Amino acid sequence: MKKKRIKSPYASSLYWPGGVIYMVLFFIPTVLSLFFSLTRWTLQDWEFIGFENFTLYFSEENLRIGFRNTIIYAVLTSGLKVIFALYLASFLSSKLRATGFIRSVLFFPTLVSTIGVGITFSVLMNPYEGVINAALKWVAGLFGKTTDGPGWLIDPNLLPIVSIALVDVWKGVGIATLIYIAGMAAIPRDYYEASSIDGASTRQQFYQVTIPLVRPAMFSVIILSFVGGLRSFDLIWAMTGGGPGFISDVLASINYKQYTSGYYGLSTAGNVILFVLVSILVFPLSRYLNKKEVVM
Amino acid sequence: MKVVRNSRLAKALMLGLPAVLASAMLAAPAQAATEITFQTWNSQVSQDQWNAMTAAFMKANPDITVKVNYVPGGVEGDALVKSQLASGTMADVFSYNVGALMQAIDPVRNLVNLKGEPWVSSVNSGFIPSATGADGGFYAAPFGTAMGGGILYNKRIYAKLGLQIPLTWKEFMANNAKIKKAGITPVISSWKDSWTAQLFVLGDHFNVAAAMPGFEDKFTANKIVLAKNPSTLAGFQHLEEVRKAGYYNKDVASTTFAKALEYLALGKGAHYPMLSAGIDTIVANFPTKAADIGFMAQPGTNAKSNGATVWMPAGVYIAKTTKNLEAAKKFVAWTVSKESFVVQNKVVPPSGPYFIKGAPVSGNLTAVFTDLYNYMQGKGTSYPALEFLTPVKGPNLSQICVEIGSGQKNALQGAQSYQKDLQKQSQQLGLAGW
Repeated sequence: MKKKRIKSPYASSLYWPGGVIYMVLFFIPTVLSLFFSLTRWTLQDWEFIGFENFTLYFSEENLRIGFRNTIIYAVLTSGLKVIFALYLASFLSSKLRATGFIRSVLFFPTLVSTIGVGITFSVLMNPYEGVINAALKWVAGLFGKTTDGPGWLIDPNLLPIVSIALVDVWKGVGIATLIYIAGMAAIPRDYYEASSIDGASTRQQFYQVTIPLVRPAMFSVIILSFVGGLRSFDLIWAMTGGGPGFISDVLASINYKQYTSGYYGLSTAGNVILFVLVSILVFPLSRYLNKKEVVM
Repeated sequence: MKVVRNSRLAKALMLGLPAVLASAMLAAPAQAATEITFQTWNSQVSQDQWNAMTAAFMKANPDITVKVNYVPGGVEGDALVKSQLASGTMADVFSYNVGALMQAIDPVRNLVNLKGEPWVSSVNSGFIPSATGADGGFYAAPFGTAMGGGILYNKRIYAKLGLQIPLTWKEFMANNAKIKKAGITPVISSWKDSWTAQLFVLGDHFNVAAAMPGFEDKFTANKIVLAKNPSTLAGFQHLEEVRKAGYYNKDVASTTFAKALEYLALGKGAHYPMLSAGIDTIVANFPTKAADIGFMAQPGTNAKSNGATVWMPAGVYIAKTTKNLEAAKKFVAWTVSKESFVVQNKVVPPSGPYFIKGAPVSGNLTAVFTDLYNYMQGKGTSYPALEFLTPVKGPNLSQICVEIGSGQKNALQGAQSYQKDLQKQSQQLGLAGW
């Protein structure tokens, strides 16, 4: 059945402020950035060079590392947040004393400056003087073993990007938990009563009632944290600057470095590519998740 | 009643006083000093120097106030300076690198040509090319001293182990073997501040230029393949050889510039490939150890041609967007005056020669100063670093050097990567031949 076009209930004068803001701050810059991605641009003047920036961008030697890390980072952070936050939310929805306080503690890292968190953790994760490896050494000592601990941020392999992702999870899990808690609070008590009359254990209730009904919240968490992970930059820049070498570079940090080098057109092209990548990954995902929601 | 009257008085005062203050403030600018803004790096040494210098300048010129803004260096600083110039929000006067980095901020368009200024005749001729724009204009007053790019070393360790200053790379590596045997880290490096990793490559230019006369022109015209010339490849190979021999400090990847200087000053390591100006930080943090540190040129293949690669001092520029050109020019002229050098010498003893003829040098001169001075005075024992002779300078060299040093790439792959980096930069600058 075709939906009937409903006349808007708002006066048209209510539209134009939003419209102007949208045009000036969103639409025009987007079109301009598409244009400047096709130019060699010094911020002061430009020269149209067609798709040269894009071919140059794709010939970037470390682009493979960038793509790989971007995907790893997004999948890892969003996956872990989805799982951890679910358990944290069910823990915090239970009848604990001082829930408010415990929730605030969990939410606290979200409020701290990302750069501050990055610098703090790069000190904690220092393999020789950091607290984390000192603790590992102590624990190993209890078992009569010795270890130097991993080189969290300086390992020349995948470890640095994974370490940063873990910090991101610690920092961001609070928001995900909050979304879950809201989702759980919206589940009508009736379902729990009905299922307990049917003899369901609390464990069964969690898997059969809570998880299916909290799905809309879960999907919001997945989408938000996945998009956040794909375009993540600040934490990575504060902790490793994309290094050692280029081993923890992501697309956003590659674009930033091109910007600092004065390659403005190229950097803009990189951001267009990042935009396309996010769209390609997120639209199908969001469609798929929405469909599942409807089925449920 | 008294109380009431008093409160009325208070009210009158409260209403009246701000009005009086406001009129005073409005009247003030008429006689007040011209204010100019100045922007420079936020390192401790730089802050100490410029705080002292601007204070002295304002004392001598009460009609001008200088407001200093300290900003980060490195890639953040580069991005900031470029954006400020492009958006017309740069400070009236600012300090930034000369050479290739100055070419990258488009001096002809963004900076005030200082060619006609009276002090220009006192600038040492060695500095002129690195502050000259494509139009032949002269854009920067030199600030600070020459720096040697080579190896800072701990003289105490050298004396204890009876080592000689190496004149070839082979001798250098032989020294390293002995140092390692003695249980001391032979080569300190600090990749957490990745710019410090470039010295083996950049500091080798004396040797490159000695082996390939006329190198710079060919390099600028894209006629050099780094990976195919033994002399251009050597710097990259040094990074690899030192790693393979296990001569770096074991925490090299998490060591910062400041930490590395601490290791050197305290004798935990013997060599630190670095700019001679690193001594300034040692003077500030470990004043009693400064005398233990010396500077040597990076050795090449030929003992007969041994000399230091020399970095130019920073430049002090005037942005074209300034609204107080006369005051700005006065300030810049003061920075190269005798009074200015007296102040500079007091804050930090110079770690190399100044680039103004007749600039007084005083204070507790370090051994590093003397070593660098000797290289620069000697015949054919110093040569400018590559970035002061060509606009071509790839921005990714520091990370590539870290990759080689940590074994992610070998020397050959590193040189090839850097070649691509150069190509990209030159294309973006629109240079011919790339």
